[in-house]
Amino acid sequence: MAPSTSSTVTLDINGEKHTLTVDHRTTLLDVLRERLDLTGTKKGCDQGQCGACTVLVDGRRTVSCLHLAVAAEEREITTVEGVAGGGRLHPVQQAFLDLDGFQCGYCTPGQICSALAVIEEHAAGWPSAVTDDIRPEAGPPPLTPEEIRERMSGNLCRCGAYPSIVEAVARAAAQARTGTEEAAV
Amino acid sequence: MTTATTGRTAPAGAVGTAHPRVEGRDKVTGAARYAGDIPFADLAHGRLVLSTVARGRIRAVETADVLGMPGVLAVLHHGNAPRVDTDYTGMLGVPPDPTAAVFQHDRIPHAGWPVALVVAETPEQAREAAEALVVTYERQPHDIAFRAGRPDAYPADGHMPAATEKGDLEAELAASAHVVDAEYTTPEEHHAMMEPHAATALWDGGRLEVVDSNQGTTWIADELVKMFSLEPSAVRVRSEHVGGGFGSKGLRAHQVAAVMAATALRRPVRVVLTRRQMFSLTGYRSPTTQRIRLGADADGRLRALEHRSLNQTSTVWEFVEPSSGPARVMYDADAHRTVNEVVRLDVPSPTWMRAPGEAPGSFALEAALDELAERCGVDPVELRLRNEPGRGPVSGLPFAGRNLAACFREGARRFGWAGRDPRPGVRREGRRLLGTGTAAASFPAGALPATAAVTAQADGTFTVRIAAADIGTGARTALTLVAADALRVAPDRVRVRIGDSDFGPAGLAGGSMGTRSWAWAVTAAAEELRDRLVPGAAVPPEGITVRSDTTAALGALAQQERHSFGAQFAEVAVDVTTGEVRVRRMLGIFAAGRIVNPLTARSQLVGGMTWGISMALHEEAVRDHASGGLYGADLAGYHIATHADVPAIEADWVDDPDPDDPVGIKGIGEIGVVGAAAAVANAVWHATGVRHRSLPIRPDRVLRAGGPGV
Amino acid sequence: MREFDYRRADDVPGAVALLGADPDARYLGGGTNLVDLMKTGVERPARLVDVRRLPLDRIEPTDDGGLRIGATVTNSDLAAHPEVRRRYPALAQAVLAGASGQLRNMATVGGNLLQRTRCGYFADVSRPCNKRVPGSGCPAVTGEHRNHAVLGASEHCVAVHPSDMGVALTAFDAVVSYETADGPGQLPLDGLYLPVGDTPHRETALPAGALVTGVTLPPAPVAARSRYRKVRERASYAFAIGSVAAALDVSNGIVCEARLAFGAVASRPWRARAAERVLTGAPADEEYFAAAADAELAAARPLPDNGYKVTLMRNLVVAVLSELAEEAAR
Repeated sequence: MAPSTSSTVTLDINGEKHTLTVDHRTTLLDVLRERLDLTGTKKGCDQGQCGACTVLVDGRRTVSCLHLAVAAEEREITTVEGVAGGGRLHPVQQAFLDLDGFQCGYCTPGQICSALAVIEEHAAGWPSAVTDDIRPEAGPPPLTPEEIRERMSGNLCRCGAYPSIVEAVARAAAQARTGTEEAAV
Repeated sequence: MTTATTGRTAPAGAVGTAHPRVEGRDKVTGAARYAGDIPFADLAHGRLVLSTVARGRIRAVETADVLGMPGVLAVLHHGNAPRVDTDYTGMLGVPPDPTAAVFQHDRIPHAGWPVALVVAETPEQAREAAEALVVTYERQPHDIAFRAGRPDAYPADGHMPAATEKGDLEAELAASAHVVDAEYTTPEEHHAMMEPHAATALWDGGRLEVVDSNQGTTWIADELVKMFSLEPSAVRVRSEHVGGGFGSKGLRAHQVAAVMAATALRRPVRVVLTRRQMFSLTGYRSPTTQRIRLGADADGRLRALEHRSLNQTSTVWEFVEPSSGPARVMYDADAHRTVNEVVRLDVPSPTWMRAPGEAPGSFALEAALDELAERCGVDPVELRLRNEPGRGPVSGLPFAGRNLAACFREGARRFGWAGRDPRPGVRREGRRLLGTGTAAASFPAGALPATAAVTAQADGTFTVRIAAADIGTGARTALTLVAADALRVAPDRVRVRIGDSDFGPAGLAGGSMGTRSWAWAVTAAAEELRDRLVPGAAVPPEGITVRSDTTAALGALAQQERHSFGAQFAEVAVDVTTGEVRVRRMLGIFAAGRIVNPLTARSQLVGGMTWGISMALHEEAVRDHASGGLYGADLAGYHIATHADVPAIEADWVDDPDPDDPVGIKGIGEIGVVGAAAAVANAVWHATGVRHRSLPIRPDRVLRAGGPGV
Repeated sequence: MREFDYRRADDVPGAVALLGADPDARYLGGGTNLVDLMKTGVERPARLVDVRRLPLDRIEPTDDGGLRIGATVTNSDLAAHPEVRRRYPALAQAVLAGASGQLRNMATVGGNLLQRTRCGYFADVSRPCNKRVPGSGCPAVTGEHRNHAVLGASEHCVAVHPSDMGVALTAFDAVVSYETADGPGQLPLDGLYLPVGDTPHRETALPAGALVTGVTLPPAPVAARSRYRKVRERASYAFAIGSVAAALDVSNGIVCEARLAFGAVASRPWRARAAERVLTGAPADEEYFAAAADAELAAARPLPDNGYKVTLMRNLVVAVLSELAEEAAR
């Protein structure tokens, strides 16, 4: 095969398929922003050092600035635009809004996507760097503010909205747990 | 047929009650469009090329190869760019920083100076071409050595007089029972807002339109009008959502370069700064060295106070970081001397950064007060209360409200300060030493002239138009509440439109003056509109619009010492094994005028305090002496506090309405950071017994300094 | 970033064949380091071979009681794996101490071991760097080196290896497996990285074109009582300024077996064998822990601004070993 510098790919974004030809240099972040007009995902550093571009890839949070678009084929991608359902805010979004978990709002889409994943990761029993006892026998640690802070640390916020974000994540996580328990009953 | 329905009697006031941000839903769903998010047909992408030498001249910009690269449309540089005018004074009363007036000559005054703009069809093509562009230089020796005692330092005014002096300092020091004489340093710090500077410029029907991210659309429009010698009506600048500013989002190289390229190519051109470029093109807080001498009687009453500050500036622009300013407000003494000096080096131009002067100045001054408290054996809170001045220490003017003592009393009560053991280095928890610290805060309460238009619409709603900027402050929401109260209607009937220079002159979001200045104008227009609307009478289809201009009202304000105040408290744990410092809790109590929206105001204050933690423990941009450029100029190299560094922070306020402001506002954007770093540093001393007079207090510094158990 | 060809490999031999002998081709794993380096111009590959979807994403027990970890296992999956957390807790802790949740979801084990230094001079193509441009010089020696190496460096390069994972893997005698066009091979992790000497640009002993396929952890009962402690300049989302992976087996107050490795002090994860020798058979108390640290750090050659690392590592060793000894005594 002769070398080629672009490829035609089909990307599955927020449940919608988009087929387009991408320059191999183009990141998933730039495809979202420059080609698909999904500008909710933000470019803060373009180097994986701030978390503003966080999206979910196959349900896992990912910095889209370091993810080449051509390598994102066949993955299910969720951006902030795909978080709310049927005109209703997701509980994480609602908690950010109610508790003022943001100021300028530029890191917010990344914080929200990250928060969704944090709640899932914790529910799946993943430990964190501040988990005292990481042995599986110890069970999942309670989602304390300290746990939330550590797990959310890949999302910088220069306005300093951290305390409200932590509250918002805790509130949404508590709601998710209640929801699960209700569903189980 | 709709009738005017402003209320004759006020409904429950909106001001003072918590309201989520009116644009909040757009921000949590990703619908809010920032400058780089707005699509344009036929958009071209510009990428700046910056100098790799710190001083010298451009020998050649070798454009031929790059112009042949795929998608490349143009390369602008000093050899082909249009000449612009820089001989003017902008809205802030200062000439433009020549760093923004790109491509005017071949001189290189610092590393990271813009030397070319490459424009291409796609961002990838522009990036590759910009990397490929060969620029050759005649290199000259550079001098970036910032330090105290440089013979070429000189006193400089900036936005306040360079020096103030009264009394015989040496005599009062000699007569003092206790003396503190110490040097404090703060490093180069960067705004590091999350949204990079971005601008799209285009010509539309003979008008230049710039879609930008800035702190004042009429400010930037005015600069572009003057720089490009255009008619004021020929420039429109829009900036609806701004991803943080902190003083950095003024006129910068990206807007000017975008305008040049859009003019040359006759198509829209967007220039977005990369994170690395931001570190040399968008200003920063200069490093400071500050020497403080305090002399006090046995009981702690100040006889002598000297605060001298030195900061660096570039060779092309003078910027003063007036760190001795807080001393002119906070403490009186029989002999009182303050000086701000600068030294010109081959470095980028510094600029205003959240609490310019107050942030580094309060670190030094409030740390020195803590040292004095230790010497005198007086509680740090009590020492400050004993030194409360009745009038401005330098100006002699009365204070328009000075509720610092109330802040300290409330703060001390809530923090549990009473009964604090003053001895350092005695509280242990495993490998950690614990300590608490406090510091005072102040910030000027000012206002800038503004115009506003308020329209009553036929459908019973109201639209406010004002060239305000919401850089995350909550201004849009605050103005909605202010307008609603002035109109005596519910906030959901008011729509506030901001961020458009076509709305008429208004001051910028800066100096903690934005919301106050704009609220004044909005109140004036809304109140007049309310009076004009006849109850029950029809509103015509085009609505009824009232305009206001606060210039005269501001001019009539009596000269007084007008400031916000605050008391900061922090508790830290210092791991003596590793030198890691963690803030465990923090409390700030502020007297900062009437609080319009407690929900967003708390966020502002907590955000400022978070900056204080970050400044105390993490932030330092390191300049490489060999190259003159920064080392590690990115968000992995320049550390700002993460979630994990910031504990639960409490911010609250005491009643403190400004009697001369129509709403009672003073301004809250900056006071949160003032004194915060000092409170943390003072707590580190209380924990370890070691005075850290240089920020940030990093593990390496704690380990080097030693102390009990280290 | 120049234009490049992109190929996705379906199997290991295919990946090796796609890369071929092309010095301008690179394997692409999670991309968290390579894509960043391409953006800064440090790496300018002509072809990327995407190995992220190779069937190397499993963690399996070996017959002798160790673990085999595929090269494309993500950091997240490694840290969450019950057997890793149970049998090699310091490894899970090391991985969790690195980067952020997002980056751990993307980054792979193979990529982590082969990631490049975060030295600011290496990352800035406008500055000299012997690792990037051999012979151009090392500005860190006389410039900014607060977070540079104190062990095993040379005047040609004082950069540190940034991996946390590698520190724990080194302590546990991990063996790296790779594939080449000529067949498979193995290297102990301790031997993967070449000494700095005057060739800092030659970083590993892997043959040209080799694809790392996995890491094998031999059985190590001592590893069940292990711990990783990382110090950095902020509480999270930062590279280490010093770290320790340690495991301790204590019986009747005497150290039967000790494993110790340091991070952020050398061009590679640093196995502290001199310290281990002092510890083995010694009383499990602070005096001997300090002596062990001193034995290892005797070789330290700090620069003017990174001498604190010697204090830091000594303190860390004592603290971490003391904690492990305390747990053993409980």
